[in-house]
Amino acid sequence: MKATLDLRRVGLALVAPVLAILVAFVVTSTVLLLAGDPVVEVWTQLLTAPRPRLVVAIINGASVYYLSAIAVAIGFRMNLFNIGVDGQYRIAAFAAAVFAGQGWLPGPLNIIVSLLIAVVVGAAWAGIAGWLKVTRGVSEVISTIMLNAIATGLVSFLLFRVADSTAGSNVTNTKTIPTSSQVPGFALVPGTPNKVYGFVLLAALVGIAYWVILNKTRFGYDLRATGRSETAAVASGVNVKRMVLTAMLLSGAAAGLVGMPLLFGQDYSYGTTFQPGLGFAGIAIALLGRNHPVGIAFGALLWSYLEQQSNGLQITVGVSSELVFIIQGVIVLAVVIAYEVVRRAGLRMEQRKVARQLSDQPGSPTPEGVTV
Amino acid sequence: MAPAVELQGITKRFPGVVANRDVTFSVQRGTVHAIVGENGAGKSTLMKILYGVIRADEGTVKVDGQPLALHSPSDAIDAGIGMVFQHFMLADNLTVLENVVLGAEKRHGIADRARAEIERISADYGLNVHADDLVADLGVGIRQRVEILKVLYRGAKILILDEPTAVLVPQEVDELFDNLRELKSEGLTVIFISHKLDEVLSVADSITVIRRGTTVATVDPKSVTSRQLAELMVGSELPSASTDASTVTDRPLLAITGLTLAGAGVRDVLHDITLTIHAGEVLGVAGVEGNGQAELVEAIMGMREPTAGRILLADQDISDWHTREIREAGVGYIPEDRHRHALLLDAPLWENTMLGHQTESPNVKGIWVDAAGAKAGAERILAEYDVRTPSIYVTANSLSGGNQQKLIIGREMSYTPRVLVAAHPTRGVDVGAQAAIWDHIRRARREGLAVLLISADLDELIGLSDTIRVILRGQLSDEFDPDVVTAQDLGAAMTGADQREPGTVADDPGTRHTKAGHGTQGEEEGQ
Repeated sequence: MKATLDLRRVGLALVAPVLAILVAFVVTSTVLLLAGDPVVEVWTQLLTAPRPRLVVAIINGASVYYLSAIAVAIGFRMNLFNIGVDGQYRIAAFAAAVFAGQGWLPGPLNIIVSLLIAVVVGAAWAGIAGWLKVTRGVSEVISTIMLNAIATGLVSFLLFRVADSTAGSNVTNTKTIPTSSQVPGFALVPGTPNKVYGFVLLAALVGIAYWVILNKTRFGYDLRATGRSETAAVASGVNVKRMVLTAMLLSGAAAGLVGMPLLFGQDYSYGTTFQPGLGFAGIAIALLGRNHPVGIAFGALLWSYLEQQSNGLQITVGVSSELVFIIQGVIVLAVVIAYEVVRRAGLRMEQRKVARQLSDQPGSPTPEGVTV
Repeated sequence: MAPAVELQGITKRFPGVVANRDVTFSVQRGTVHAIVGENGAGKSTLMKILYGVIRADEGTVKVDGQPLALHSPSDAIDAGIGMVFQHFMLADNLTVLENVVLGAEKRHGIADRARAEIERISADYGLNVHADDLVADLGVGIRQRVEILKVLYRGAKILILDEPTAVLVPQEVDELFDNLRELKSEGLTVIFISHKLDEVLSVADSITVIRRGTTVATVDPKSVTSRQLAELMVGSELPSASTDASTVTDRPLLAITGLTLAGAGVRDVLHDITLTIHAGEVLGVAGVEGNGQAELVEAIMGMREPTAGRILLADQDISDWHTREIREAGVGYIPEDRHRHALLLDAPLWENTMLGHQTESPNVKGIWVDAAGAKAGAERILAEYDVRTPSIYVTANSLSGGNQQKLIIGREMSYTPRVLVAAHPTRGVDVGAQAAIWDHIRRARREGLAVLLISADLDELIGLSDTIRVILRGQLSDEFDPDVVTAQDLGAAMTGADQREPGTVADDPGTRHTKAGHGTQGEEEGQ
């Protein structure tokens, strides 16, 4: 019983994203056609196997997206919409970069304490929104958007104060992290000197922790219950206010880690060129991956793949690489709709199945044989 | 003359629990025709077909002899069919006039012509509705009449009323029935859905019984008793709510003193509530919805912070405890709205059987969920409480209401409770499940639990309770003895029609008046 039902569930779960990707394919092709762009060439460029250098870039990009999407997903599971991952990761990465750059602690210890700082700062920044929601009833959507703007301003302002300005350069950076505290990469992909971030492991670890905490602990049960029905959770004894605050803190803590693979594996400092927009990509990927740790991994890889593959579009076929935003946008839109359609279909299927199995059960009265 | 409505061979295959199968009956013009059947028998589906909300797979609907294709409620309205839903669809902050014209602006405009039309309909059918009253100020009975007027305003000649008495006290029911007779005498046709048989027998000219999705009989109310009707409905011998010998002890398990909950306005939502429930006692609380029952339950469960007063569980003061501690201390809770407060509809059953007990064995070990233990517990609860389901892995959503409720009761009885707080435990469940639930409450009583039973079903309260008290505007009456009290007495106390200090034990219910507002001083007259 369980096995068959689960198989069906897995099947249902896969239908939606596949459908969404197909829709994105059709819509994008239509856009290309209408614009008079070469449809076939564009897809050929996007769908040819990426070169080893790009494979590394895809994995690296995905690890960062993955962390961001997990941060968003923690909120989603509680029905909290943490739009503020963007601000949280920036301010956390900045704080960690400032600390790590000082090199007060030796090698790995410096890394560990920096990670802790990132986690705490990210959690604290998200905690402001959580605290406002719990004490003042401020929607987290509004407050995290505002906090994003504040974080951006605050980081720019502070960056200027602590910047390690090199003469003759207008790049503004924090102090570079000592080499002993830089996280070495793995030469996973043959055929390229580029290495996969060491912190890919961090992303995997966070994904596993997310799954274990949510599915295997009492706290996770309470959190999921609250997300499914706040009223039922209250009646079951969940302290919803505390749960909101905790979920926000956890989401922010995960968000704090988003910038870490970049900081310790590539940039070694926080500066004006630090990759922006990761928080918003996280929202899309969490939706696409349906808040499931494995689904999110696929979503993150897809996102990163599309981005890396589209880089060559301008040169090879003369189509702007911004095309990828259309694809991504349509995928998210379509996937949200597809999930709802599939959810309803699944519910109907299950109800029918339950009804059928019950009428097959011996001993239960049947509609036939009714006499007046 | 062709019947006003004729249904022939209506079949609706519905993915899920209930389908209509070969439903056939006809309704004569100018009559009140009742459709009775237990919950889940397919009455609502049938009415939705007639009102164009859903489409039948097979069969024909004829109105005045003309076959109709109903694709949407507006088709039904055009054909002169109107529906009054069980849950009122009125905007509180608008006037009666505004509510009535909303969506029907084209008929008589939105101002004086509409007002005149409303007053005319109100006068013609004795509805006593005034166009410029604010809906927020109106009581339940009159709101229902506004709903009826809305339907008439849209030109309906055939009215469908879905369980119209569910929200009314006995006196209001009488008024409604007077209105229905008025409508009938003006040549309108009323289709009246109910499962309250006495009411059906008193108002209907003809009764169609539906069981398991199909029509089993159409009977003349003059020639059947309510018991025969009920047996047609269930197709078997009937259970009744009654308890055995008293098991009440002198050991108080739940004692509330001076419980007060301040409201947003001037009046307290709960005012100086004092009650004691002993081991083995069922205390029934009757009352019109919205008089503080929900708040009382939530205060006991720790979901609301009382302004004053103490709640003792055995000899522990639990007034300041959190819901979780209260539940862990052995207070079982059957909430009034099971979908909102008792179930995770999208979660599998085994996660639902641990809800509210997610800190207790066998569901957890330390901080970890013990899935194996929880699943074994779920299997046991589902078997012991006869929850009909293919497995513990289907979602709560896929169960029928009765099975959901049996699951909830099984769950609440399974973690060694001392007190059971049950709010409307049989609301919206079929007769079979109702009997089972009554049995479980009786068993709880036998096993020495203190049970707080809140219900709108007066028969249920009278049948199961050792003591009944009435809640009105947040205050509790004195005790009524269920052995001698009648539904009419309780109804009078529930509406405040007995202006005396509510709560004298009635000893001669025979001479009670039946009309609201006329039952004043009823107790004196009876003595």
